[in-house]
Amino acid sequence: MSTLFTNARLIDPANDSDALGWVRVADGAIAEVGYEAAPKADDVVDCGGKCLAPGIVDIGVKVCEPGERHKESYKSAGAAAAAGGVTTMVTRPDTLPAIDTPEVLEFVERRANEAAPVNVLPMAALTKGREGREMTEIGFLLDAGAVAFTDCDHVVTDPKVFSRALSYARSCGALVIAHPQEPGLSKGAAATAGKFAALRGLPAVSPMAERMGLDRDMALVEMTGAKYHADQITAARALPALERAKKNGLDVTAGTSIHHLTLNELDVADYRTFFKIKPPLRAEDDRLALIDAVKSGLIDTISSMHTPQDEESKRLPFEEAASGAVGLETLLPAAMRLYHNGDLTLPELFRAMALNPAKRLGLNSGRLHVGAPADLVLFDADAPFVLDRFKLKSKSKNTPFDGARLQGKVLATYVAGAAVYRRD
Amino acid sequence: MRFDHKHLLGIEPLRPDEITTILDLADQYVDQNRRTQKHSDALAGLTQINMFFENSTRTQASFEIAGKRLAADVMNMAMQASSIKKGETLIDTAMTLNAMHPDLLVVRHPHSGAVDLLAQKVNCAVLNAGDGRHEHPTQALLDALTIRRAKGRLHRLNIAICGDIAHSRVARSNLILLGKMENRVRLIGPPTLVPGNFAEFGAEIYEDMEEGLKDVDVVMMLRLQKERMDGGFIPSEREYYHRYGLDAAKLAHAKNDAIVMHPGPMNRGVEIDGEIADDINRSVIQEQVEMGVAVRMAVMDLLARNLRESRVPKVKEA
Repeated sequence: MSTLFTNARLIDPANDSDALGWVRVADGAIAEVGYEAAPKADDVVDCGGKCLAPGIVDIGVKVCEPGERHKESYKSAGAAAAAGGVTTMVTRPDTLPAIDTPEVLEFVERRANEAAPVNVLPMAALTKGREGREMTEIGFLLDAGAVAFTDCDHVVTDPKVFSRALSYARSCGALVIAHPQEPGLSKGAAATAGKFAALRGLPAVSPMAERMGLDRDMALVEMTGAKYHADQITAARALPALERAKKNGLDVTAGTSIHHLTLNELDVADYRTFFKIKPPLRAEDDRLALIDAVKSGLIDTISSMHTPQDEESKRLPFEEAASGAVGLETLLPAAMRLYHNGDLTLPELFRAMALNPAKRLGLNSGRLHVGAPADLVLFDADAPFVLDRFKLKSKSKNTPFDGARLQGKVLATYVAGAAVYRRD
Repeated sequence: MRFDHKHLLGIEPLRPDEITTILDLADQYVDQNRRTQKHSDALAGLTQINMFFENSTRTQASFEIAGKRLAADVMNMAMQASSIKKGETLIDTAMTLNAMHPDLLVVRHPHSGAVDLLAQKVNCAVLNAGDGRHEHPTQALLDALTIRRAKGRLHRLNIAICGDIAHSRVARSNLILLGKMENRVRLIGPPTLVPGNFAEFGAEIYEDMEEGLKDVDVVMMLRLQKERMDGGFIPSEREYYHRYGLDAAKLAHAKNDAIVMHPGPMNRGVEIDGEIADDINRSVIQEQVEMGVAVRMAVMDLLARNLRESRVPKVKEA
């Protein structure tokens, strides 16, 4: 059984190419890629000149199972991912309880396989209960399928605990994903320090807290030789530390969130809690520096940092409201803002959204190469629309893009060659 | 036969020929210990005090039996229960004891270097029965004797020491002794328990146990202390056992005639499978205990000879 995608604008980040061509898919994998006249085939999908790119690999998706299924289940998150062109969700362990034992991980994998149409790769906690005291069973969790270890937004504050966990993870060949932050500074903060937070009277954290956290982590990575990924770099002042670490040959990569690339502190406006995320939206200078860092490759990955919150936890005074925004369905259209503004090319965007995250996790996906799994997204980069949050497939509707004018519609999403989403 | 030491504070000061001297004499004591009449009088008239600042059952018993078989007057002092609790410093305790004229002082202390310090302050022979995570020389000697008797030699062997190397004085003493006798030593364990700088002492470090056990002649397992089991250094007992516990599958990578050692007390199901510990074709754990008494007799005998010699008034030659 083979399918031919013809007349497609192929976005291949591995070759930094954006050109008309065709892809033949057989047995769930990419069998041929060409830029000349397409061969004949029985099953042909005419892409009508629209973009065909490797499916998004989104590191850091929160699905609220176990514990808070009313906010997001594997079924709803899977549907949202498919509609957003995300073919691989790399899920977070900050659930209730935390995913910190092989038993809980196996439960999660079973639920994901039953309910989600896209690939789900679970991450596990680095320390038990994400409490920063005792490392988890990294060896058993790896055997059970964990692709990375992270305490999410909890920082392992004790450097002894963190360094031992890093050493142990290194000996197992495990990737550690950390949240670079000095929690002593960021505790209680709701906004980034600056004129806006001062004007609004919000407790604020200096972006320096991120740099301090990253500096500490880089020292510990140098000490232990661990494989490390910073979940979100959001401040311009953290970038030199990252650059230095990479130059020194440490096995370090970093991500950022689509929200930090497309929004800034001023978007909070009149205490709009859907714009409360962690780390907080930064200054415009930070946003521009992050775009440059993605362009240069200093920042490797872009994630949605999909964090579902129900209405009750957001309908509160700004300081009390929960942090986080959903993002699976808005990642691609938000990224198109960067494309249409001329900030980043499509191959550059898919390098950060598909190729690099896949590479970091040791996956063969994220590229239009023969042999790679046929995880693909077909989208119209130009189609305009106004986002209505109640049309999102996520159970939680906490998006900062509600009512926003966006461009970029996903037309179809394929996982291992099979369509998991088609726009009506 | 030469053994030029006043004390036995560690393996580090010993020369290879001195190690051989101790082991040769210990061999004789093994025979003596297997007889019904086990006594000889090498330490007759001497006073041996066992000072244990840290809990011990087997080492203390072994030193006590060794001393008694050599006719010493042996006294045990459980130091955790005594004057230390009352605030006396180590040196004051030593001076007090010194005033009672002991001849052999067997000392175990939870801090590295404490036995050396004590040895500087007393007039008798001091035996280190374990200081902190520094050295445990009689354990290394008894292990050496066990290996030599089982393998017929104590050189050019591949020996793996597995487990909590970082906190182990047994591992340090063994590493030094086996190195001096020209063996290849491998250290196996997670990086949290095997610091990389041990490689600078000529040991090869393995994080994968099956790889590390490949073709070894001797497998030495170390005890994992209870307080290190949860989360701090390793994730859990069960994961440790899975990755670093010695079971038949892992042992199959060693040579067919490899022997299995453990300084005791064992945690069955944590660092070693009970069946392997009990396998009479593989495990020499009981022999180690037996060799322990003999080696301690040999060391005390040699130290006592030097002690007596040093006390003979020197006659000036005309």
